[in-house]
Amino acid sequence: MAPALSQGKIGVQLELPAKLPQRNAATGGIHIDIQEAQVQFGELEVLRNLNLSIPAGQFLGVVGRSGCGKSTLLRLIAGLETAAKGTVRFDGAATSGLRPDVRVMFQDARLLPWKTVLDNVRIGVPDGDRDKAREALALVGLADREKEWPSVLSGGQKQRVSLARALAGDPSLLLFDEPLGALDALTRIEMQQLIERLWQERKFTAILVTHDVGEAVALTDRVVLVESGTISHDQSITLARPREKDSSFAHYESLILNRVLERRPPANERDGFSI
Amino acid sequence: MKSPAAINKRKAYQNIGLEWLIPAVVVVLWQWFVSAGLISQRILPTPVAVVEAGIKLVRNGDLFVYIGDSSRRALLGFVIGGGIGFALAIINGLLPLFEKLTDSSIQMIRTIPHLSLIPLIIAWFGIGEQGKIFLVALGVAFPIYLNTLHGIRAVDPGLIEMGRTYGLRGFSLFRTIIFPGALPSILVGLRFALGIMWITLIVSETISANSGIGYMAMNAREFFQMDIVVLSIVIYALLGKLSDWIAKVMERSWLQWHPHYRKGK
Repeated sequence: MAPALSQGKIGVQLELPAKLPQRNAATGGIHIDIQEAQVQFGELEVLRNLNLSIPAGQFLGVVGRSGCGKSTLLRLIAGLETAAKGTVRFDGAATSGLRPDVRVMFQDARLLPWKTVLDNVRIGVPDGDRDKAREALALVGLADREKEWPSVLSGGQKQRVSLARALAGDPSLLLFDEPLGALDALTRIEMQQLIERLWQERKFTAILVTHDVGEAVALTDRVVLVESGTISHDQSITLARPREKDSSFAHYESLILNRVLERRPPANERDGFSI
Repeated sequence: MKSPAAINKRKAYQNIGLEWLIPAVVVVLWQWFVSAGLISQRILPTPVAVVEAGIKLVRNGDLFVYIGDSSRRALLGFVIGGGIGFALAIINGLLPLFEKLTDSSIQMIRTIPHLSLIPLIIAWFGIGEQGKIFLVALGVAFPIYLNTLHGIRAVDPGLIEMGRTYGLRGFSLFRTIIFPGALPSILVGLRFALGIMWITLIVSETISANSGIGYMAMNAREFFQMDIVVLSIVIYALLGKLSDWIAKVMERSWLQWHPHYRKGK
């Protein structure tokens, strides 16, 4: 499944490991096409008339106020919710339900406390192969912690194990449901760099749901704003990677933030960022 | 991890010493009170006399037969009752329809003190083995049922959802997530059940039996052999301690992942 990864032994690596060889571009991400999707919880209409097309390999950011339906959109794509109306297509074929090539990272790491770090990662390997799990752990720089219980890891380390578990099955689509929300600022930046690098190397389609507009601008190719169950704004981010927090970054950030907060930018300070 | 093995070992001995300090003091005081004549030997024999009675019973072989008979009843009842309680809890924990159907009946039966059924059980089963085993099974089933069900309910739904996104379903979901998640609670139930097991057995053996520790105590009372009566009480205490220790060992070896059980205190 991951031929490019198994080249050579991956030794003990701390923090951010070295770059790995590029994967075959042929096994890229999934192209997603959502048409007129509607999701209901009882009487409540959480998503309505939602149309969204995500090209293969794109990194999409989904922002919005809490309760706007952005997490439900992610769960719909993950197959954890089903659409009452409309369709979700993966590479042209209609889909519903859980799929082995789609992985989700949740806000909490959701590691099994009774399994060691390595065994937790093995859940993500289809045949439970230990070496594949070790490779995935090395990808996130935790190869030396494989025998530990999750309870001794820090929050950032837990999320990295969770990322390794998601990557171990070589997914074509990786969904992030605010996975960095509970981390401290420095760990967040590290995790963002790790996610960006792995996405660049492995070319899966990625969707990041976040309440942090800055994080969406730092990571994604395109940000959509979800408001009362439908997409109200669609913004491409054309900044070069790796992204610096310069004035054009601030421009995008304030543009989207103003849109979220439904504010007009001040005329004299168009590039500024203010709350 | 930090301290060398030798220090750990010494600490372990220290802990064992602390655990047994109070029982040892009680035995010494008991011996002293009785041999000083503060308590009549006819009311309470000395610890030494109890040990002597024990040695006599070991010599003629009765003691092991009685302990064996009692343990067999206890374990048989425990396995039957525990198995039924566990299976019911699993079914009710996983299938909401079954729970609706059976839970309130189970809760109703649970509130009946099972020892109050003794007259009925003697009428049904006579004074043979079945009645005692039935009573132990009945007493053991409920703590196992309640704690297993609680354990299954308390499993983090987020973990189950995670498991489903990784393609776990049916038995593999149960084996990987639900059972290990419920295990701490199941073991608490097991510990309760072991206590109830001995209590039930003692009561049912003193009512009607022709072997076992309870029989030994009742028989000795008829002949006013107080040393044997006290001996049987001590044996019950030791058996109870033994089963509690077994439960503790299970907790420590199966719940190593749990920070609470990781380092033997």
